Formats: sequence, structure tokens, C-alpha cells
Amino acid sequence: MTKLTFIAHDGTHFDMDAENGSTVMENAIRNAVPGIEAECGGACACATCHVYVDEAWTAEVGEPEAMEEDMLDFAYDVQPNSRLSCQIKVRDALDGLVVRVPARQG
Amino acid sequence: MTDITRTDVLIVGAGPVGLFAVFELGLFDMKCHLIDILDRPGGQCAELYPEKPIYDIPGWPSISAQGLVDKLLEQIAPFKPDFSYNRMVSSLEKLEDGSFRVTTDENEVFEAKVVVIAAGGGSFQPKRPPIPGIEPYEGKSVFYSVRRMEDFRGHDLVIVGGGDSALDWTLNLQPVAKSVTLVHRRPEFRAAPDSVNKMYAMQEMKQLEFQVGQVTGLTGADGQLSSATIKGPDGDVEVPCTRMLPFFGLTMKLGPIAEWGLNLHENLIPVDTEKFQTSVPGIFAVGDINWYPGKLKLILSGFHEVALMAQAAKRIISPGERIVFQYTTSSTSLQKKLGVSG
Repeated sequence: MTKLTFIAHDGTHFDMDAENGSTVMENAIRNAVPGIEAECGGACACATCHVYVDEAWTAEVGEPEAMEEDMLDFAYDVQPNSRLSCQIKVRDALDGLVVRVPARQG
Repeated sequence: MTDITRTDVLIVGAGPVGLFAVFELGLFDMKCHLIDILDRPGGQCAELYPEKPIYDIPGWPSISAQGLVDKLLEQIAPFKPDFSYNRMVSSLEKLEDGSFRVTTDENEVFEAKVVVIAAGGGSFQPKRPPIPGIEPYEGKSVFYSVRRMEDFRGHDLVIVGGGDSALDWTLNLQPVAKSVTLVHRRPEFRAAPDSVNKMYAMQEMKQLEFQVGQVTGLTGADGQLSSATIKGPDGDVEVPCTRMLPFFGLTMKLGPIAEWGLNLHENLIPVDTEKFQTSVPGIFAVGDINWYPGKLKLILSGFHEVALMAQAAKRIISPGERIVFQYTTSSTSLQKKLGVSG
């Protein structure tokens, strides 16, 4: 199991054990993290699972692919560490990953 | 007087479930007319993820969303459904004879004894961009579509977005507007490369501005815009403008159906699980838009729902007629309807 932490916009921490191979978004939904809407269900067809990857983790998490960049165009206040959480797969190297939920999804 | 289109069943939404409803209703000789806000059939399957595989359609270990739509169209072709695209249903009225009169945003009038709402997540509508305080400007100086190019003549125009709509309107409105500034958060676009090249060429010739950044605020009064704040790589820039066209894709909204007097449950339409009928007899709701205990938003659940709905619809359209349960595999009369007999 890989540990994930979501920090909601109000500062609340949501710590969880995530299965490798699942997406970061799926874990947010399973644990009812507020502010992760995931309207399209993980098809990279909306931008409502937008998160900011903690600075310490941006290198390990990596850059979005072209399709995800396209979708990020629709997100609110996109920053260099913005990612769509449905496109980040949980793996051993991400143990301890911290992501922040933006003020709003679109 | 407006022409009235009469049909047995009016289906709102031409996604996979709306399409399969034509099949089940067709087996009982009911003629269908489908209305959809998109310009083609398929709903979310066609609009959001046409190339993505679906793995839970019985009998298809994997099928692309568009592939499923194509197969459904082939399957319902014998029943010759009618389609009206680029339309949104607006009002619904119950007539004295028990049938329904439905009007669209293009002022067309449909009359049907049965209405089936298969509207999925709702109708696709332009997405409000993530700009705080945009609401008072909407419809006055901020528009989500171009109805008439003339409306933009002589204006300082800001176009926001990086897709084909944003690029196309940048190019098309440049000769009409006083000035055009295209705003996109990065120098890469989702649009046709040819349009992007044209845009950059015009920027070279100082015919338009291209600003990398995100719009973070609007200034103006009484709905009339005077400038937009753009957060770019080098900080905030104030761009004077009197018109704005944001193109942030589409989102789904229940829309005017919410005003039809049906009971609602968090923007979904509660139905019974015998007929999938709403709180108004004669109006059914199937697929992702309905709600009942245990509801799963799966295409296959929608297929089941329309089969049961069709039985109930038949009782409304042909009261007193005996409904014979038949299999397509063995019934010669069903096979005749499908054009596969003999």
C-alpha cells in the first residue's frame, strides 16, 4: 500500500492507503475528499479533478501529457504544479505523496 | 401557425440509451423522434470520449464509444427514427387529450403521446470560464457564442481559449473588431495547426495580440466590460476590452427540463423501477438522468430500462391492446419489423 495525503482547500488533511495502479482521483472519490468532482469519471475529458502536486513531489510525479495539458486549459488557476489527479497512477515511488485541492474546480 | 411535428414517442437525447429506446419502442410499432443539443447522435460517447474503449457492454469485450454509437444506429435503422439536432427542448405542456406538446429553442413544436427523457448528464452547454465575477457581464458584453459577427464590429475584443472555437473566431472576427486579443494560458493550442499558424502570422503583422496567461478578473460597470486582468508569466497585465468571448468547452446541465414540473432528486429525475416513469404519467426517464434506489449510471442499465419502459409506453399509445411478449430470435413478426424475415 502507498500512502497518499490530500489537503482540502480548508486545510483539512485526508490521509489514505492507496493501491498501486489505482489513480489518485479514484482514491479521492473513495475517501470523499471535498473539491474533487471528477465529473467525467476519469476519462481525461473534463478538468474537475485538478490538484496541485506538493513541490517536493513534482519531479517524481512528472509532467502532464499533451491530452492532459489540453484539459488543464479548462481548469481554474492552473499553476506549474497542476495535474489532473485521474492521470496520476499510484506506485511505490509515490509513497507519501501530498496533493492540494484548489479553491474550485472550474 | 407553426407546423406541428407529430410522433408516437418523443425522445429527448440521442445518446446510447435514447438510441436503444428506438429499438425497443420500434418492436412495438411506435415511431420515434429524437431531439439532441449536439449536432450528431451519440451524446457523451460521441462528444467526450469517442475513441475510448468501453468494456462492459454485454457481448462486446471491448468497443469504442463511437463504435457503440455506430452499431446502435445500424441496429435501429429498420425503425427509421427522425432526428432533430442542435436543438434544446424548452417547454412542455400537457394537452387535453393526454398527449404532450414540446417546444424547442428554435420554436419548433412537437406533439407526442409519450415523452422519454434520455438526457444523460443534461444538455451540453458552454462552460462558464473560471473567472470570478463574470456573471453580471454575461449576455451583455461577455458571450459564449457568436450569433452575428456584426455584434462585434468596432469592439475591442478579448477571446479566451486554446481550442478551435477560440482560434476560428479570432481569425474570423479580426477584420470586424477594432482590436482582437487572444488569451491562452500557454503557447500550445488544441486547434488545427493551420489556424494556429495563421494566428501567429497575424500577430507578426501586428493585426492581433496574443497574450499568454489566464484571465483573473474583469472590470466594468452595468454589465459593460472595460478591461480584463490577465495573469501572465511576467505578472498581471490589464487589457482594455469591451467584448469578451470565452471558449472553455462544454458542460452538462439539466436545463429547461428542470421546469417541467417533474419531481427531482438532486438534478436527477426519480422514476419507478417497473416502468421508469416519472412523477408525470406518460413521461419516462431512462439512463443517467434518472434516479431510483440502487441506480447505477451504466449504459447497460439504461438498455434494461428502455426495454421495460417500452412496455409501459405501448399501453399508453395503444390502450387495451394485448401486449405479446416475444423474442427477436423466434418471432417472425418481430423479424419482419427488423427487415430480416425469410
